[in-house]
Amino acid sequence: MASNSRKTGVLAVATASVMLLAIYMLFFYLPPIKDEAGEVLSGSFRIFFFHMPIAIISYLAFGVVFAASILYLRDKSLKWDIYARSAAEVGTLFAFLVLVTGSIWAKDAWGWYWIWDLRLTTSLVLFLVYLAYTMLRKALEEPEKRARLSAVFGILGFISVPLSFFSIRLWRSAHPLMFGGNTGGSGGGLEGTALQLTLLVNFIAYFLLFLTLFSVKVQNERMEEELDSRRYAE
Amino acid sequence: MIRSFYIAAKDLKAEFRTKQMLNSMFIFSLLVLVVFSISFGDFLGDTEKVEKLAPGVLWIAFTFAGMLGLSRTFVMETENGCLEALMLCPVDRGAIYTGKILSNLAIVFLMEAVTLPFFIILFNYSLGIGTLLLLLLILFLGTFGFIAVGTLLSALTLGTRTRELLLPVLLLPLLLPVLIPAVEATAGILAGNSIGNLIPEIRLLAVYDLVFFVISHLVFEHVVSD
Amino acid sequence: MENAVSIRELSKVFGKTPVLKALDLDLKKGEFAVVFGPNGAGKTTLLKLISTLIEPTGGSVFVSGFNITEEPEKVRKEIGMLSHDSYLYGDLTAKENLHFFGKMYGINGQELEKRILQLLNEVGLATKADERVSTFSRGMKQRLSIARALLHRPSLLLLDEPYTGLDPGASLVFENLLKSPEFQGSTKLMVSHDLERGFALCDRVLILNKGKFVYDGFKVNFSGFQEFREKCGSMLT
Ligand SMILES: Nc1ncnc2c1ncn2[C@@H]1O[C@H](COP(=O)(O)OP(=O)(O)O)[C@@H](O)[C@H]1O
Ligand SMILES: [Mg+2]
Repeated sequence: MASNSRKTGVLAVATASVMLLAIYMLFFYLPPIKDEAGEVLSGSFRIFFFHMPIAIISYLAFGVVFAASILYLRDKSLKWDIYARSAAEVGTLFAFLVLVTGSIWAKDAWGWYWIWDLRLTTSLVLFLVYLAYTMLRKALEEPEKRARLSAVFGILGFISVPLSFFSIRLWRSAHPLMFGGNTGGSGGGLEGTALQLTLLVNFIAYFLLFLTLFSVKVQNERMEEELDSRRYAE
Repeated sequence: MIRSFYIAAKDLKAEFRTKQMLNSMFIFSLLVLVVFSISFGDFLGDTEKVEKLAPGVLWIAFTFAGMLGLSRTFVMETENGCLEALMLCPVDRGAIYTGKILSNLAIVFLMEAVTLPFFIILFNYSLGIGTLLLLLLILFLGTFGFIAVGTLLSALTLGTRTRELLLPVLLLPLLLPVLIPAVEATAGILAGNSIGNLIPEIRLLAVYDLVFFVISHLVFEHVVSD
Repeated sequence: MENAVSIRELSKVFGKTPVLKALDLDLKKGEFAVVFGPNGAGKTTLLKLISTLIEPTGGSVFVSGFNITEEPEKVRKEIGMLSHDSYLYGDLTAKENLHFFGKMYGINGQELEKRILQLLNEVGLATKADERVSTFSRGMKQRLSIARALLHRPSLLLLDEPYTGLDPGASLVFENLLKSPEFQGSTKLMVSHDLERGFALCDRVLILNKGKFVYDGFKVNFSGFQEFREKCGSMLT
């Protein structure tokens, strides 16, 4: 137990330092970017450098929920449920941040808070699936039943998200966006090493942040379980 | 497999005796169509607008009416402990899931088939037989996906306190990959496209149906085990 | 001869609550055993485990030689269950209910028709065969659910508190059916807190308390119900 929290402490410090580095790079290392017409993009393009890592990590978190759910159904051990619910909680936070950063960026780039962009819409769906997962957990009281049924939903939800991606893509291709070209996500000219490096450092920073939050959450849940079982023993 | 048919036949026999679910689902979907038709009243003559809106309206009507039926599908089984009786029968849990899918599919598809003529009238369509068959194909593919997930989730929400509310909350986000291509394909068909133009939609619907049927079949035992 | 039921080290934990603790039990073919025990002792849980409705946490159960976790479908075929629930569909007629369950157990055609007619006669519902179960009185439902449980001629009957719901008419039908030649040979495991009736029917008495068998003996060891009650009554609280 003690060594676990020591590890988390180290992780937290590492996360904080890499995040500071990432922010520094974002504002002082990154050169100004020009679009195809040669105009300098406004500052909000910097959002992209953490918007994308956060989005990818929110998918990753749901991947953890998926894997832990399968393992739970296989051996019915509540430790997998702890991983599943912890990853889901951190994942919800990340998915929410994707939506916030995405709409700030959209507002600045196109003047709309919301655009039905492929990635942003997929993130919205992911967020809704997470939300539904949370609602399901809240509706169930008995721990084993909750673990079992939410594992089933965690599996279905994870599978539905890529299918949503494809159907949104299909839909978007039938109704192309009215405004602007494809500035979103893929970011046409990111060859520059400075850009790549900044993106990489940001990615590592948010990955570490995920790991930290996830392990803190897992530890909390474990502690609570232990309290419960002590209370039971008395 | 044959026993899944026995389960479905039993469900349908009970349903057609009272027609409770079928009637309320049909009336509900009709009401949705009427409400939308009235609220679009002014531009029902404007084909371009109707073509954009009507397919979505049709699927909203079907989805919500279908959900009404789904939330009742396992209630019949719990009334006298019948679900337990089914689980005591010498069949695997997957066969129970398949049986429920068959009966739900039959009931919801019937509701849709009865609603469709009203949709065509209310939104001033005139469809040839080829178009109609194509539309039925899309209805089937979309409805199958809806039922495959909906049946599983209706069993899953059975033991929760807020069952009626929880089912749509869980179901709708998972249905997006069915609803989008279904609406798109319906719009395409109503606009006169041939099957050749609808391949991407049909492919997505088929993949969804297959994936979710197989996965749900596999996990169903965990949903009903006590 | 292989035992009808063979239970080894069977345990079941719900969450963190151990409900059954390393039970061992062998039932010979044709034996009629009754399990007494206070509320919450784990009696229903025991029957649910044997009938494959729930999975054990540890240990093993064999029914007619089939392992409940490895060949659950073969096990279910052997079992007839009578519980507090009627296991009947209200919107179907008596005959339709029996038809459906008969087919689910793999009985078909002439054979099924014959058994349905015979059972409906025996439970006194022959004239009500085509009426919907939701119109039945409680006693009629109980008699039909007895017919339902016996339809596939189970070799092992699991009876969960059969008397709690049964009215006097249904109880009589039930007892007569248990004694009838078709079911004379089947093994019976009954859970009950009606001591007197349970004792009268059975050959073997078990007492389950807090997830353990605290008594296991044969009826012939007692001179009568009075003696049983005097000796074992204290184990039931
Ligand atoms: N599905 C379940 N989840 C959690 N606890 C259960 C479940 N089923 C039974 N129990 C608990 O197991 C204990 C034994 O229950 P049961 O077998 O029904 O007792 P009996 O039939 O002897 O009265 C009770 O304390 C009950 O609360
Ligand atoms: Mg009980």
